[in-house]
Amino acid sequence: MAAPPRCSLLILLAGLLVVASLSTLAAAIYEDQVGLADWHQKYIGKVKQAVYHSQKSGRRRVVVLTEENVISSLDLRSGDIFWRHVIDKNDPLDQLSLSLGKYVLSLSSGGTILRAWNLPDGQMIWETKLQTFTSSNPQLHVLSNNKVAKDNLVLVSAGRWMYAVSSIDGSISWEKEFSLDGLEIKQVLQSPENDIVYAIGIAGSSKLALYHLSAKTGEILKDIQESLPGGLCGETVLGSDNLLVALNKARSSLFLIDFKGDRISYNKVHISDLVQDLSGTFKLQTVSNGVIALRTSSTISLLKLKGTDGLEVVQRFDQPAAVSDALTISEKDDAFAVMQHVGSQIEFIVKFTNDVSSEIIREKVNIDQHRGNVEKVFLNSYIRTDKSHGFRALVVMEDHSLLLIQQGEVVWSREDGLASIVDVTTSELPVEKDGVSVADVEHNLFEWLKGHMLKLKGTLMLANADEVAAIQALRLKSSEKNKMTRDHNGFRKLLIVLTKAGKVMALHTGDGRIIWSNLLPSFRGSRFGGMPSALRIYQWQVPHHSIMRENPSVLVVGKSGAESSAPGVFSILDSYSGEELNSMRLDHSVVQIIPLMLKDLSEQRLHLIVDSNSNAHLYPKSPDSLNVFLHEMSNLYFYSVDIQTNVIRGYSLHKSCDLIGDEYCFSMKELWSIIFPSDSERIATTETRKMNEVVHTQAKIIGDHDVMYKYLSKNLVFVATVSPKAAGNIGSALPEEASLVAYLIDAVTGRILHRVTHHGAQGPVHAVLSENWVVYHYFNLRAHRFEMAVIEIYDQSRADNKDVMKLIVGKHNLSAPITSFSRPEVAVKSQSYFFAHSVKAMSVTQTAKGITSKQLLIGTIGDQVLALDKRYLDPRRSANPTQQEKEEGIIPLTDSLPIIPQSFVTHSHQVEALQGIVSIPAKLESTTLVFTYGVDLFYTQLAPSRTYDSLTDEFSYALLLITIVVLVAAIIFTWIWSEKKELRDKWR
Amino acid sequence: MEKGKGLARRWAVELHDASSSSSAVPDPPGFARSAPDADDAAGARQRKDSETAWKAQKAWEVAQAPFKNLMMMGFMMWMAGSTVHLFSIGITFSALWQPLSALRSVGKVFEPFKDPRVDTVAPKLLFIALNLAAMGLGVWKLNTLGLLPTNPSDWVSSLAPAREVEYAGGGIPLN
Repeated sequence: MAAPPRCSLLILLAGLLVVASLSTLAAAIYEDQVGLADWHQKYIGKVKQAVYHSQKSGRRRVVVLTEENVISSLDLRSGDIFWRHVIDKNDPLDQLSLSLGKYVLSLSSGGTILRAWNLPDGQMIWETKLQTFTSSNPQLHVLSNNKVAKDNLVLVSAGRWMYAVSSIDGSISWEKEFSLDGLEIKQVLQSPENDIVYAIGIAGSSKLALYHLSAKTGEILKDIQESLPGGLCGETVLGSDNLLVALNKARSSLFLIDFKGDRISYNKVHISDLVQDLSGTFKLQTVSNGVIALRTSSTISLLKLKGTDGLEVVQRFDQPAAVSDALTISEKDDAFAVMQHVGSQIEFIVKFTNDVSSEIIREKVNIDQHRGNVEKVFLNSYIRTDKSHGFRALVVMEDHSLLLIQQGEVVWSREDGLASIVDVTTSELPVEKDGVSVADVEHNLFEWLKGHMLKLKGTLMLANADEVAAIQALRLKSSEKNKMTRDHNGFRKLLIVLTKAGKVMALHTGDGRIIWSNLLPSFRGSRFGGMPSALRIYQWQVPHHSIMRENPSVLVVGKSGAESSAPGVFSILDSYSGEELNSMRLDHSVVQIIPLMLKDLSEQRLHLIVDSNSNAHLYPKSPDSLNVFLHEMSNLYFYSVDIQTNVIRGYSLHKSCDLIGDEYCFSMKELWSIIFPSDSERIATTETRKMNEVVHTQAKIIGDHDVMYKYLSKNLVFVATVSPKAAGNIGSALPEEASLVAYLIDAVTGRILHRVTHHGAQGPVHAVLSENWVVYHYFNLRAHRFEMAVIEIYDQSRADNKDVMKLIVGKHNLSAPITSFSRPEVAVKSQSYFFAHSVKAMSVTQTAKGITSKQLLIGTIGDQVLALDKRYLDPRRSANPTQQEKEEGIIPLTDSLPIIPQSFVTHSHQVEALQGIVSIPAKLESTTLVFTYGVDLFYTQLAPSRTYDSLTDEFSYALLLITIVVLVAAIIFTWIWSEKKELRDKWR
Repeated sequence: MEKGKGLARRWAVELHDASSSSSAVPDPPGFARSAPDADDAAGARQRKDSETAWKAQKAWEVAQAPFKNLMMMGFMMWMAGSTVHLFSIGITFSALWQPLSALRSVGKVFEPFKDPRVDTVAPKLLFIALNLAAMGLGVWKLNTLGLLPTNPSDWVSSLAPAREVEYAGGGIPLN
């Protein structure tokens, strides 16, 4: 693993140093190797709710709830994670609250699961399941300072159900189902005397219902219903203790509803009277007692309530801004914060609700331009040494990052956009310029010598505990792996990731630090409106030879809206600097992106974009690329898998398009279709080979020197269908009803090469296709276990090439180009095994030349990555392999695949909410780089057949050198000795 | 160093010319110097015949020597087994090398039997044939060890995949 410069340096100076090492041949790593080549980063995702610890507890912590379904406690001083729980996606978190100052309450699954977590360490205290229909907007309300019951009650409302749960042990104290049909409780609040709970709900489109409940028993004390003219759209906010503000159905006016009296009284206010140039959608937000905020896409207006009489606009912010909720400062005073963009800075304004027009704090904060607009603000106060109130705020930015702002400065920031990675690609680093010597990296000769002396001590077992720690620290921050230049082995690369927020970030593989980041303007909803989404990232230009001077670039493809017909967005970025070189809005939608193998003269990769009208558009739009494309067009095909209608269709491309005059647009003609019977089969998953996969050879040599020719086709598509009855969760179908059918289809001709049915099997199906084999994972209902199956496909039409003489002379058809239309005969071998884990993601190692044996990378349900040798999934395994097969390395057949604890790539780490595993070949054939992402990120280097082509880091150069020195000394000594002896004998 | 012994050695010079004594001293009675020459006609031919026969016999023996070697090699090879390891490789290569070196020195081996009247061509041919057989045995062993490229697998093991004419892209539409 040593790079040549260091290698030669080491040999030159080896007389001075001894590298601490023991050469290893183990597949797993030793404890002290953790972190040498791998790194792990923890994230939480975009914060949607934050609750601060009360000041009394003295701990400066905040509990946050995020869109990635994470509940976490952060240190306010540094932003570090104290504890974190990643909840399963099937159990979405809705609400978060604190109770009794020591419990964190979380409400999830549409108001059906209430959990309490211990505040200091995050352990779960209790969990209560509530029997309600899941509601889209459940409410969680912690009764404060309750004198009626001994403990604090927590009120959960979902739909027309309401529960009171004891916050001590989670037992249900009372439950109430309101009889009104279609009722949805919108607001729950307490009377000042604490013994009455007001529940306000909306039933149907216009009926408002108000209930007065006894906090102790849940008994309905009063029940008032009122129909509002014109109807309600369902959006309500609480204006003050006795006032509800509701939006009418037309979203044009507000109802101000007083509910404290004997009957409901209301007043209607037109929004257009308040805010003149209202355009587009807007949202209401409760700020605090008597103040509400009206938010449009670009402005915020603060409105003060004057009883039911009306509203007045207090202040209007025309720049993009965000308003926090109210924070109780004293008995009678609340504060709230407004964050507003002013030029390149943001302004942090704190106001008291009693006097909205004046400001307590107005601070300007410098913020990185690549963070976009402020989306959410959470205000918190602290007591300064002079007893006055200081304010700080957690700010959620448009790129999902989280910042803490205090005293006009960003105290810390978290790049939580990395918790939601959409796609990953890689880029090489710049080539090392001449004149940059190794000495520049090892800045200080003395330091360098000292380091090597330490290592020498370590080798000779003379180091004490402190020095051992120092050696470990030295190894960990080895500057070699973090350099910003390309290395000989290809270990240093840039991982370019695209996040859900439309931010592109480049991470260094050495330590995972962010080299550059760019929040792409074209993917910012705040700029262009709509809901743009980033879809994919591709390598756009990878310069070689002649245009080596140019930097490589990446292409980001997205959509400008949520619907499938929304126009596409293109953005091209420089891989080294992150600068946006070009961005364009396409005049068509993006349904499929096909990166082609072709390149134009400037080495830009050709891409075909298929739109919703089944036209293909060629990019880049240059005459040169068109030439290249037209030359190859007759050999290019397109297929689309329609899951809704259960059809796979294949198309050819034709040089004409509905759009007249656009020569870069091509129409498609249907060639074939495969229609699956929808009453018995439903498409579960499809899989193809990775485009950049390199295969070394087309022949597979078996033990008795026989040859089998692999069926290697990039057009091979694996399709798995499940029976519709078994499409649900495991256990929802009987084994007799469930079946899984696996197909291997040629995507050019639509020919089904192989079809196999697994009875009593059901999804979820995960598959990986590489070389000539496919491995897929499913559940076997009969055996009640997960299974993995392998199919290997061989080309029988080449099997006759067995005449040695012909092969020697070169008279064979093995190198002749293959066409799918020749309908080659195929032979298939398959086998299946039990597998103990359920799988979240599956991938396979990729190496530079494809010589190294493969390992399957399996993301397990425990959010770890298991490297499973492909040899275990070999259809030629048998219970009693012959001697020859044993020599070949065939493992005796067992019914289940072994899970060896040492083969977990992620060793002790967990990649929470694991989503994808990417394997990137290094230049060194034996090694592949593995990047795993989910809420967390993990990166490591893997050598599936061990590092056979390089000396490991652990290689003892000193031992080698000592051996050489000793040998040379021995030669010299024996030579002198023999000379003398000879002379003596001559004199005899 | 102990040089005492050397110093103690006596030395002497014989000044009398020994060669002259032969002519000075007369032959004993009954001894005729010309006696062997008289025998020439019959005895010499007989002796020469026996020598030729002996040479021919020896040449045949030498020519047959590799046969024993061959048998021994065969036994050793059988003992070595058909897996590749140090012993079997050593045996095989010595089985290849010995006949080769023997063949190279085939002229030298039959040098002592060179005689215009002795026919060494046939023994030479036998010698060469036996050595070739031994070498063949070695090559056969090499093959059984799998070290000869005689299988199709040896010629296609690193044959790159053939180019594909068509390319189809696509999949499940992006949502």
